[in-house]
Amino acid sequence: MIGMIFILSYCLVALVRIIMQLPGNDRKKFFISLVTPKTMAKNIRDIFCDCLFHVKLWKRNKLLGYMHSSIAFGWFMLIVVGHIEVLLYTPHRAKLLYFPIFFRYFVAETEETMRGAFFFFLMDFFLLMVLSGIFLAMFKRIQSGVFGMRRTTNPSFLDLIGLYSLWAIFPLRLLAEGFTADISGGSFLTKSLNYVLHSFLSDHANMLPAWWAYSCALGIFLIVLPFTRYMHIPAEILLIPLRNAGIKIRNARKGLAKAEVYACPSCGLCIDACPMGVMKTHIKDTTVYLNRQIRRNNERRIEEISDKCLLCGKCTAICPVGVEGDKLRIAQRSLRKYAINQDYSGIDTDQLHVKGEKVMYFAGCMTALTPAISKAMESLLRKAGVSYSFMDRDGGICCGRPMLMAGRFDQARQMVEKNTEIIKASGADTLLLSCPICYRIFREKYRLEGIRIIHHTEYIAELIRQGRLSMDKGYTKYVFHDPCELGRGCGVYEEPREVLSYAGELVEATKNRKESICCGGSLGSLTLGFDKRKSMTENALANLTEASPDVIATACPLCRSTFVRYADRPVEDIAEIIDRNCI
Amino acid sequence: MIDFGFKISPSSAINMDNADLSLYEKVREIEPDISKCIACGSCSATCPAGRFSGMSVRKCILDLQRGKKNEVKKMLSCCMLCGKCTMVCPRGINTRHLILSICKLYKED
Ligand code: SF4
Ligand code: SF4
Ligand code: SF4
Ligand code: SF4
Repeated sequence: MIGMIFILSYCLVALVRIIMQLPGNDRKKFFISLVTPKTMAKNIRDIFCDCLFHVKLWKRNKLLGYMHSSIAFGWFMLIVVGHIEVLLYTPHRAKLLYFPIFFRYFVAETEETMRGAFFFFLMDFFLLMVLSGIFLAMFKRIQSGVFGMRRTTNPSFLDLIGLYSLWAIFPLRLLAEGFTADISGGSFLTKSLNYVLHSFLSDHANMLPAWWAYSCALGIFLIVLPFTRYMHIPAEILLIPLRNAGIKIRNARKGLAKAEVYACPSCGLCIDACPMGVMKTHIKDTTVYLNRQIRRNNERRIEEISDKCLLCGKCTAICPVGVEGDKLRIAQRSLRKYAINQDYSGIDTDQLHVKGEKVMYFAGCMTALTPAISKAMESLLRKAGVSYSFMDRDGGICCGRPMLMAGRFDQARQMVEKNTEIIKASGADTLLLSCPICYRIFREKYRLEGIRIIHHTEYIAELIRQGRLSMDKGYTKYVFHDPCELGRGCGVYEEPREVLSYAGELVEATKNRKESICCGGSLGSLTLGFDKRKSMTENALANLTEASPDVIATACPLCRSTFVRYADRPVEDIAEIIDRNCI
Repeated sequence: MIDFGFKISPSSAINMDNADLSLYEKVREIEPDISKCIACGSCSATCPAGRFSGMSVRKCILDLQRGKKNEVKKMLSCCMLCGKCTMVCPRGINTRHLILSICKLYKED
């Protein structure tokens, strides 16, 4: 009872605080979205799918999905059916929140009508469901491998209390109901337990302690809930409508960021997903630990964790509740204060202007280090008869994405403005990019109305489809590595595969597309040095070469130069492959 | 003063006893690899900011070792954090982190 009041008021306060922390226009957006029928329906659907049935978990692993949905859905139904029961039998007392929970204790006699039996059956059925889920959860603690997880999180002390009280609630409830089943009625589970209990504990004196134990476990669980990972239950319900309202992280600790941090149930899926996880020393730097440290306000660790991450976005892609590990980290980085703040206002863009053709090719910094790609690209453009101008043949200004990843938004914005000036002045209508890192920021942050922004894989696919490039299909086996920024970052998965299939046979890596493994060279990480990245690159290579391809193909200059260092077979950019194979 | 048509350039000798190496030491604590630099200049050759502010990681490191902080600040003012210098460094120095650390630790006199 105390637990219930405590938790409800705590959640309410937290909810109001998070909503108040949103910037004004976001708040408006949120409230409008709450009453828009379309998002309303989506909210309800998402809450049911994600919170109760855990659809995403089912897709990942059946047992894991069953474990979660049985506990969540079973409990939910126990509460709902319990309430219906109370409403039917003692309508005048239904207002009391705690009454249904202990219904079986208060109501000593109910007639065994058909309806009663049906409810009893339902209650027992869902209780059994929850119990099976709890049993699986216990089993998971011992053997996480069965659930498709190699590693699981290290729970903190309070988490453990929460965990054990959660585990205790339902077996105790079963026991308690078992004791009272002959007075208040029960169904297949409680009734039969009642007989068993009666055979050696004949009187009802044990009934009271059992109910007491049950309510204690429940009370403890509810009281520790706000301080443990179980806070995700209420937080997730808030996170879903926030996300559906299209709200973005604007403050490192408040608003959406806070909702995300608290919505994390520490499931630990992000540990196995994280490319840094190949080294044991980095396990504590995964998103689940970031969330925990943010809850604890441990600034030193927050800084360490957020600076190390590669920002590959994989944890975001697989997270069942939608915690955006990469964006959260960028937000933390943006809190840093620097004594030297770069200022590019002195850069004179006039000396960087290029004469305008319709197609403008921007190779980017990383391509400048892998001239094979820009050469191949130029050769392809010539072969297809495209007249183009090369924006940064003699060097240019960085796109700003690496600066943005370091959380220095103001500096990044200045670079964006400078580049925008150059591009607008050239009169081009298509901006062709060969680096996915550039591609992403050009798509997300540049305001280039009327100019088409396109990555070279998409452009080559188009040229081939239009018949402007004709291909000679060979017998080479290619595997495509989805670069983080192109795949998860921009959602381009099909075009590179299409292009490669014109050139030869395409095989797939074990983990591909949304789950592709970062090459380890990412500019996202600020602190990881070369020596630390080696094992990540090797791990990514092992994943790519499982189907024994002849050539590893990628579409990012940074992936290319990272892989080349340790690969046992050729690594090439798609542009190089097509250039070699086209007639 | 009489104009002779030429002048003697000021001495560029650095008295290491007086040089303020505190920034270098602090940066070295965070990024110990700084002492691995062989001043090869690969980073300078590839730097896109070189043409705007004379940025060169090699020079920054040398200047820090000689306590010439102001030069470092001027050079850093146009670094774009693009990461090319890190990619080409033959000693595997995480120059981006080095640059960020300098930006963070720098103190105006
Ligand atoms: S961040 Fe997501 S994947 Fe990671 S533990 Fe939390 S809920 Fe699970
Ligand atoms: S963004 Fe990538 S590197 Fe960073 S924590 Fe997530 S999975 Fe790991
Ligand atoms: S990160 Fe800075 S110093 Fe290094 S190459 Fe890029 S602009 Fe130059
Ligand atoms: S490339 Fe590396 S070793 Fe060479 S000068 Fe630059 S920082 Fe020093």
